[in-house]
Amino acid sequence: MVDGPWITIIKGFVMVNLLMLFFAIMTWVERRLIGRFQVRLGPNRVGPAGLLQPIADLGKLLRKQSMVPDGARPRLYLLAPFVSLFCAIGAFGLMPFGGVATVPGTDIQFHLYMADSNVALLFVAAMGSLGFYGLLVGGWASGSKYSLLGGMRAIAQLVSYEVAFTLAVIGVVIHAGSLSFITITEAQEHWVWYIVPQFLGFLVFMVAAVAESNRPPFDLTEADGEVVAGYHTEYGGMRFAMFANAEFINAITLSALAAVLFLAGPEGPWLPGPIWMLLKIGFFLFIFIWLRATVPRVRFDQLMSVGWKLLLPLATLNLLVTAFFVVYG
Amino acid sequence: MLDQVKGFSVTLRHLFRKPVTQQYPEYKRPVYPRFRGRHQLHRHDNGLEKCVGCSLCAAACPSDCIRVVAAENTPANRVSAGERYARIYEINMARCIFCGYCELACPFDAITLGNDFELSEISREALVYTKDMLLDKPIRRTPSKSVELFDEPVQEMERVLGMYEIVTATDPEGVPDDPEIGGLW
Repeated sequence: MVDGPWITIIKGFVMVNLLMLFFAIMTWVERRLIGRFQVRLGPNRVGPAGLLQPIADLGKLLRKQSMVPDGARPRLYLLAPFVSLFCAIGAFGLMPFGGVATVPGTDIQFHLYMADSNVALLFVAAMGSLGFYGLLVGGWASGSKYSLLGGMRAIAQLVSYEVAFTLAVIGVVIHAGSLSFITITEAQEHWVWYIVPQFLGFLVFMVAAVAESNRPPFDLTEADGEVVAGYHTEYGGMRFAMFANAEFINAITLSALAAVLFLAGPEGPWLPGPIWMLLKIGFFLFIFIWLRATVPRVRFDQLMSVGWKLLLPLATLNLLVTAFFVVYG
Repeated sequence: MLDQVKGFSVTLRHLFRKPVTQQYPEYKRPVYPRFRGRHQLHRHDNGLEKCVGCSLCAAACPSDCIRVVAAENTPANRVSAGERYARIYEINMARCIFCGYCELACPFDAITLGNDFELSEISREALVYTKDMLLDKPIRRTPSKSVELFDEPVQEMERVLGMYEIVTATDPEGVPDDPEIGGLW
């Protein structure tokens, strides 16, 4: 906490709600964009240009019956979506959106980030991994084979991509000499955006990030042709919505992380910090959506071989080269 | 690697194309004249019904959705041109598969299949069409292509294709500009 408890609580409240709003808008953007990628229109009926579609979806999902299937472990079954969503929102919490701002009309100043943690990067990685417990527990507690397979796939995928992901990120950490997002963005402002010296790391990071967020083409945890809907096969209504919500917020978090680590986050000329941060997040989300519209889903053995045989050596190479140049360069 | 770049450029180019979507309730694509939709019962020019209640349509119906109960015509109550008439003529549209066998079976051309296909109702009972409904002029809601296009013998394949107005991505004619729907993109 850099602002005292009250302002931090208010900031947290505002941030979570803005994140949810952003998520709702992004689901609409994604569906419209996917539609246009496929030369069709996408949702355009509810509200102007279909903008109220997320609210209509929410209304539909809220009204659905809440039920627990036979053979499920009820307590874990009901708990799992909360774990996923909690971790997804928590991981986003430390993203910096700029420096100091003033409340209009008063002298009260506050920071545009929740806290300057010296282990922020570690925290985000940890929360991201914790969120996968929601998938595994939900998949197992559903009492369905497809759910279990989906959950197992999620964990296997996490384990193989977390390694490359972390190694790719360590290149940035070596440059900045810190795990704090504030320090990392400031270091980029004073030198050069890390996408230039860390381009290989950036590529590895992006591929691993797509796998981490379970989005196409790495959405094997919910590959409908193979495991119906994976870990959320047995979920309906708001519980399903929470899983979907968590998954998309993970994608937003990873976009924000990419923006902070490689594009200097809120730093940029002319425009204020939050705008730059949103633009950069939007850019990465567009890449996520573009990927989904272009690339077919990979097979599971392909997923594993890319993770272990390509990304891990590349990330290690990147790490060694970076370390060499930082020490002797 | 170059192939991947190519693939991404293909999808990116598609992003800027005009969508080929036809906005259905606002724009109704004309059906071709032989499209088999809702049935119609017909009358002679003098107002008598063509149907004589022979039940051949019901016999021909593979989904058993037509119910005909015939009665004798009397001089006081003359309904059809024949000896008997259909006192009850019902088609259960929930069962009908629109095969047109009833039309083929009818010896008097009393029943034909029209072009309307928007027959949704919110109860099953409402889908049972009575004789009065079938005799009424159909509510012309479905546009159909001109019959002349199809009545002449076709000589060339090109002409056949031309009749169907194939809408492709490169030829977005026929996709209506709707200012209200989809105006943002």
